[in-house]
Amino acid sequence: MRILLIAIIFLLPNYNLLAENSNSSKPKHKWSFSGFTGTFDRASVQRGLKVYREVCSGCHSMKLLYYRDLIDIGFSKEQVKAIAADYTIIDGPNDEGEMFERPARPSDRFVSPFANEQEARVSNNGAYPPDLSVITKARKNGVDYLYNLLLGYKEPPEGFEIGEGMYYNKWIEGNQIAMAPPLDEGYVDYDDGTENTLPQLAEDVVTFLAWSAEPELEIRKKIGIKVILFFIIFGIIIYLIKQRLWRDVN
Amino acid sequence: MEKSPETRRYKNSFLNWIEYRLPIISYMEKEYGDYPMPKNCNYFWSFGALASILLVVLIVSGIFLAMHYTPHTDMAFDSVERIMRDVNYGWLLRYMHSNGAAFFFIIVYIHILRGMYYGSYKYPRELNWILGVFIYLLMMATSFLGYVLPWGQMSYWGATVITNLFSAIPVIGEGLKTWILGDYTLGNATLNRFFALHYVLPFVIFGVVGLHIAAVHVHGSNNPTGIDIKSKDDSVKFFPYMLVKDTLATCVLGVVIAVVIFFGPNLMAEVDNYIPADPLVTPSHIVANWYLAPFYAILRAIPDKLGGVTLMFGAILILFVLPWLDTSKTKSCNYRPVYKWFMMLFFVNFFILGYVGMKPAEGIYLLIARLGLIYYFGFLLVLTPLIGKIETPKSLPASISDFFMNKGNNIKESKSETELH
Repeated sequence: MRILLIAIIFLLPNYNLLAENSNSSKPKHKWSFSGFTGTFDRASVQRGLKVYREVCSGCHSMKLLYYRDLIDIGFSKEQVKAIAADYTIIDGPNDEGEMFERPARPSDRFVSPFANEQEARVSNNGAYPPDLSVITKARKNGVDYLYNLLLGYKEPPEGFEIGEGMYYNKWIEGNQIAMAPPLDEGYVDYDDGTENTLPQLAEDVVTFLAWSAEPELEIRKKIGIKVILFFIIFGIIIYLIKQRLWRDVN
Repeated sequence: MEKSPETRRYKNSFLNWIEYRLPIISYMEKEYGDYPMPKNCNYFWSFGALASILLVVLIVSGIFLAMHYTPHTDMAFDSVERIMRDVNYGWLLRYMHSNGAAFFFIIVYIHILRGMYYGSYKYPRELNWILGVFIYLLMMATSFLGYVLPWGQMSYWGATVITNLFSAIPVIGEGLKTWILGDYTLGNATLNRFFALHYVLPFVIFGVVGLHIAAVHVHGSNNPTGIDIKSKDDSVKFFPYMLVKDTLATCVLGVVIAVVIFFGPNLMAEVDNYIPADPLVTPSHIVANWYLAPFYAILRAIPDKLGGVTLMFGAILILFVLPWLDTSKTKSCNYRPVYKWFMMLFFVNFFILGYVGMKPAEGIYLLIARLGLIYYFGFLLVLTPLIGKIETPKSLPASISDFFMNKGNNIKESKSETELH
């Protein structure tokens, strides 16, 4: 029965992990935010935001983010105001019943590139660029998958039939993707002097997306360590009490 | 009315005042203070307490989530994400709730396996077992309903698959399905009623759990030997002896569950559920929640829809009659040399069914699912009645304290041996 218990404990949570085995052959990247104490590399997240703003945001929305959220990644209030003001949103109706345009404010959500799905599709050869707000949680091993995907554009192998307007990518299911290779060396110029190689761009934008999907990650881990320590210490005390109590019974 | 002679007197006059009008103090004392637990109960007997604690955690976190959730197809997904991002500690509430539900199932599964292995379902605890299976059924329904609420891709398509099962029922099937959905297809009406039901069912579970506990307290808990308490030496009081063990078990669970909630909150979630529901795009393969996967495997193992549905529900309903399928008088598998191994195999088989339930139903997985299905029913319907008749059980210890003393001696002996070395 004891062996069985151990087996149960190890088997149960592994159900999903086992089911995901097919994914394990993909290369893993080292991330600043992985592990028990990992935190987001602020500079990398900020560079990632720049990549998103200059490249990805041409097609992909991030509807769940507010501009004010950017304060979390190290921007000052003034900087956030300035970033928001670069975008225009349609507000209204005003007192005359008219819709009007105004610059975005920190309390606004990220402005989407397209008004609706139909407009997005017609501009993208029929494909719908997914919203990126929680994209790293919406794919198996999301961060590694996206990183690999961004670096995974290759010439199709011989005999591989590729659809009209599609691109070959090693890592997407079916190896065909409607998104044109989005990044390449030098696509974005960094202000902090970091080299803008393709792996660097990919790493930064994925770090940004990981932050966007799990903005609570750092505080979560911080609280987690405290909670675990609490249960361990409380557990040790209870264990000692239990030993003492049951000594008489034994 | 005359004062009953048994009314307890307490030093505290307030307690006396309450007790005289509602004898709840003496009831609590009897059920949770002096309640006799067999001395030899191992930590498997803590899983009932763990499950109750988790149920309370789920209900409380769920109430707070419901304050921020919007059951509308256009807003449900965003409202869940709003909880994760904008509600203070909303992510903690949600991760506690979703992972808590998964752990609730793990705990309850171990609780059920313990009941099966040690024969806790046998006379005089049959009704207790039946109430337990009823709780399990309610849990499955509740978790399914809850899974639909975030209105992600897997919510939508999972619900489509499950509600479609009802249409397999002859004659009334289609009508029943429409009645359940509240529409011809899965839509806002469905989401609304699923939310209402998901809110109310946990309280039903809570009530049945109350009955379940009250019922087990009538004849007392079973124990690893399967023999009854015969004298005072056989038992310890719940307070503090069992309580301290349950608290220790809670701490261990606390560590495990905290590791998952804080460091891998999405390990047990389906990634597709972070994509908003889209009725026009079917996910590449629709998987059940892992804790329902064994039954999903049974469902898909049968090529005929009605047959699959019948067997799936049959696999659960058959558990209700387990006390009458088992013909052996010996409760604990520790004293059943043959049945013990088939029981172990049954557990392993259940895991394997769960595993193939998460895989696409084709090729080798389909074959394994079919073999697993045959063993599942074969064990319960054929082996259990048969082995009880032909097996010679080992001789039982004279009493629990007898068993406990011997076990204690063994430990002491081995201890003194190690001291010698």
